[in-house]
Amino acid sequence: MAAPLLELSGIDKRFGAAHANRAVDLRLDHGEILGLLGENGAGKTTLMNILFGLYAADAGTIRIAGQPVRIRHPADSLAHGIGMVHQHFHLVDRMTVLENLLIGQPGRRGRLDRAGALAKLASLGERYGLRLAPERLVETLTVGEQQRLEIMKALYRGARILILDEPTSVLTPSEADGLFRALRAMAAEGVGVIYISHKLAELRALVSRVVVLRQGRVVGDLALTEAVTDQQLARLMCGQDLAAPTRTARAPGPTLLELQGIGAAARGRHGVALDDISFSLAAGEILGIAGVSGNGQRELAQLIAGLVPPRRGRLLVAGQILRRPTPRQLRRLGVAVIPEDRLGEGLIAGAPLAESLALARFHEPPFSRHGVLRLAAMAEFAAAQIAAFDVRSASPGGRTGALSGGNLQKALLARELAFGPRLLIAAQPTRGLDVAAQAFVHSRLLELCRQGGAVLLISEDLDELSALSDRIAVMHGGRIVGILPVAEADRTRLGLMMAGQAAAA
Amino acid sequence: MSRLRLEPRASTPAWLGLALPLAALAATLILCSGLILLAGAGVLPAYQALASGAFGSRFNSFETLVKAAPLVFTGLAAALAFRARFWNIGGEGQLLAGAMAAAFIGSQAGLPGWALLPGMILGGAAAGAVAALVPALLRLRLKVDDVVASLMLNFVIYYAMLALLDGPWKDPLSGYPDSPDILPAAEYPMLWRASRLHLGVLLALLAAPALWFLVRRTTFGFALRAVGDNPRAAAHAGIRAGAVLLVVAALSGALAGLAGVGEVAGVHYQVMAGLSPGYGYTGIVVAMLARLNPLGVLPAALFFAAVATGAETLARTTGVPVFLADVIQGTALLCMLTALLFTSHRVRWQRRGGEAGH
Repeated sequence: MAAPLLELSGIDKRFGAAHANRAVDLRLDHGEILGLLGENGAGKTTLMNILFGLYAADAGTIRIAGQPVRIRHPADSLAHGIGMVHQHFHLVDRMTVLENLLIGQPGRRGRLDRAGALAKLASLGERYGLRLAPERLVETLTVGEQQRLEIMKALYRGARILILDEPTSVLTPSEADGLFRALRAMAAEGVGVIYISHKLAELRALVSRVVVLRQGRVVGDLALTEAVTDQQLARLMCGQDLAAPTRTARAPGPTLLELQGIGAAARGRHGVALDDISFSLAAGEILGIAGVSGNGQRELAQLIAGLVPPRRGRLLVAGQILRRPTPRQLRRLGVAVIPEDRLGEGLIAGAPLAESLALARFHEPPFSRHGVLRLAAMAEFAAAQIAAFDVRSASPGGRTGALSGGNLQKALLARELAFGPRLLIAAQPTRGLDVAAQAFVHSRLLELCRQGGAVLLISEDLDELSALSDRIAVMHGGRIVGILPVAEADRTRLGLMMAGQAAAA
Repeated sequence: MSRLRLEPRASTPAWLGLALPLAALAATLILCSGLILLAGAGVLPAYQALASGAFGSRFNSFETLVKAAPLVFTGLAAALAFRARFWNIGGEGQLLAGAMAAAFIGSQAGLPGWALLPGMILGGAAAGAVAALVPALLRLRLKVDDVVASLMLNFVIYYAMLALLDGPWKDPLSGYPDSPDILPAAEYPMLWRASRLHLGVLLALLAAPALWFLVRRTTFGFALRAVGDNPRAAAHAGIRAGAVLLVVAALSGALAGLAGVGEVAGVHYQVMAGLSPGYGYTGIVVAMLARLNPLGVLPAALFFAAVATGAETLARTTGVPVFLADVIQGTALLCMLTALLFTSHRVRWQRRGGEAGH
């Protein structure tokens, strides 16, 4: 039997006291698509960063096609044919598709080899269905197209092993289908793919074998057949059974949030204008907002958070008309916000966790009195929230940015729920979280509703929306295409609406 | 072959906060000893001369403190502004604006004597604040880059001052392009009899802990750190970044202005072209050396002042050129910036075959 395309054996890596990878073995065959599963902090990212040359392993061997290799730098991994598509793209906005392919490539006598690049680009289109017009500027590409360009970049550089980290979180269902087709075509030509995802449905559609990591160890390496249940996989990942949170039908209470014909101007280069947005949200209800990223969900969340004033229409919170709402006014009315970008908009990476948790209310008692901060009260509050929300490896004085994604989200959720909000705006609250952390967030959202609160849930994960929402509104191009009761919101219909077809509503 | 490799740290040990500046200082002295040898002097005698020049006698120590006072103020001005990501490079101009206001108020014979000093302090602080508000307002209203605006304003103020000194403000008694002397009642009292240790040194010493309290312990300081660290999160939390920026600019300019007040009221008693040997710019370096910590500004300013005064003795006794002072100051900053890397990263040795394939 031929040597496997990639073989990791005994990979071990410590960061101080944390043991991120413990004797990890992993094998990837030619033309195989391998699923890599694990909770946040299970060591997937560390393992892939070792493979990509960002970290050095403490021990272990990497073999490519049977040959031991040393990878000390991303350039080494590229030279060995390893390509990685990160969740955050590394593209130059102001350059064209072709120029982005050519960055860092040796030219011919100091000149870029445009003709050769064009030919190679055409062949990528033919072989894998990956097509992009070479002269388009990256800033005009959709998120899905940018991801396609990242994959093309890796293949252009001769990648035989492609690593994708949560690739579908930014895609529409149909774009995701396109990605899967391309990945299967690559596999058919012998490219090996390591596919990191939390979405079991996706893995079932795409991969034949999964490797499950928990606490840095491989706890499962199994063929993904019908016989393997989601429960079994979840148990492998978390080491315990998880009860899926259940939504119970509720009688809606008084209206907490109402938008009547709201419009707002587009801001910034990638901004979307909001146009004629109307909906209402009652106590005890979860209204889901579906849509491909960049269709106005972000702007909608910012408007209700008081960051962007409405230009037209009326915004009512708890029956009160707000003409130019401010974040502090909204907080006083009981509105809490979980912004989409946890570290970018919610918390302060460089500050101690206690300060990040006090950020929204530092100007009031108990966190300050007469303009002087009360550090003890802040630390006490942080310690209580860390315990109540089970924020792992956190201390009030520790740096916020040192927490993993799931723990950051728990911390943010703790802060926003701590003072009994009536209305929670939650933007992508589970993006990038593992199954256990997702279940935790979901249960908190449902609990808020049981206690008479309301949630505006903005998400790109249709499964999440269907599981939690009472109604689902779909946004496209800054408008609401339609609002469906969850019982009538099947994937096909939502997918059509997300593509802007109002008729589907 | 073994190689060095930098890796991000999970957390920063507390002892590093003290050890790194000391290590940076040691590295600076070692690196600069090469130049001393090149100048034909012994390393140890040279550093001894430097130290005794800075602290060897009461007179020398006082001179060092007098030199440190304006650096403390301009260092605090930069540290405060930079903490909120307001890139105030205009400390020099704000210092001169404060000095001119102090010299103007201090020479008003019509004012009652008791009002002169408070008037100079307030007026100088206000003039510095106004000078710093110009780039802040330009940034807020017109999105003008604050680095360029505040830097260019230094030259506008400096040459406007020269024009004044060579024209309407020229001292009629001396005929030199200097402003008239301030009134005796407008001079800072001396803290020590028959010395140059003036009230401004004490003010500088008090300003640093006061500013530390403001930044670390008050709600305003919280807001300014939030705006500096993450403006988007600050906005989400309802902090009005524009208002914070204006207050920070005014405070920063006022501090730089106080440096100018001290030079007029405590050292020169008038304004002239050579009033400041670049204290405004050196303050930026002091702030960086202090890692923008107001308390750290005190030792950083003292270090810079000590090197500057000590270098004169060094030159006299060993023949090493005074310019070594500039080299030491510059090297210290580079060493400190390098040392800062180790608060967030650590070095790992990687031996041959250590990673894979053996």
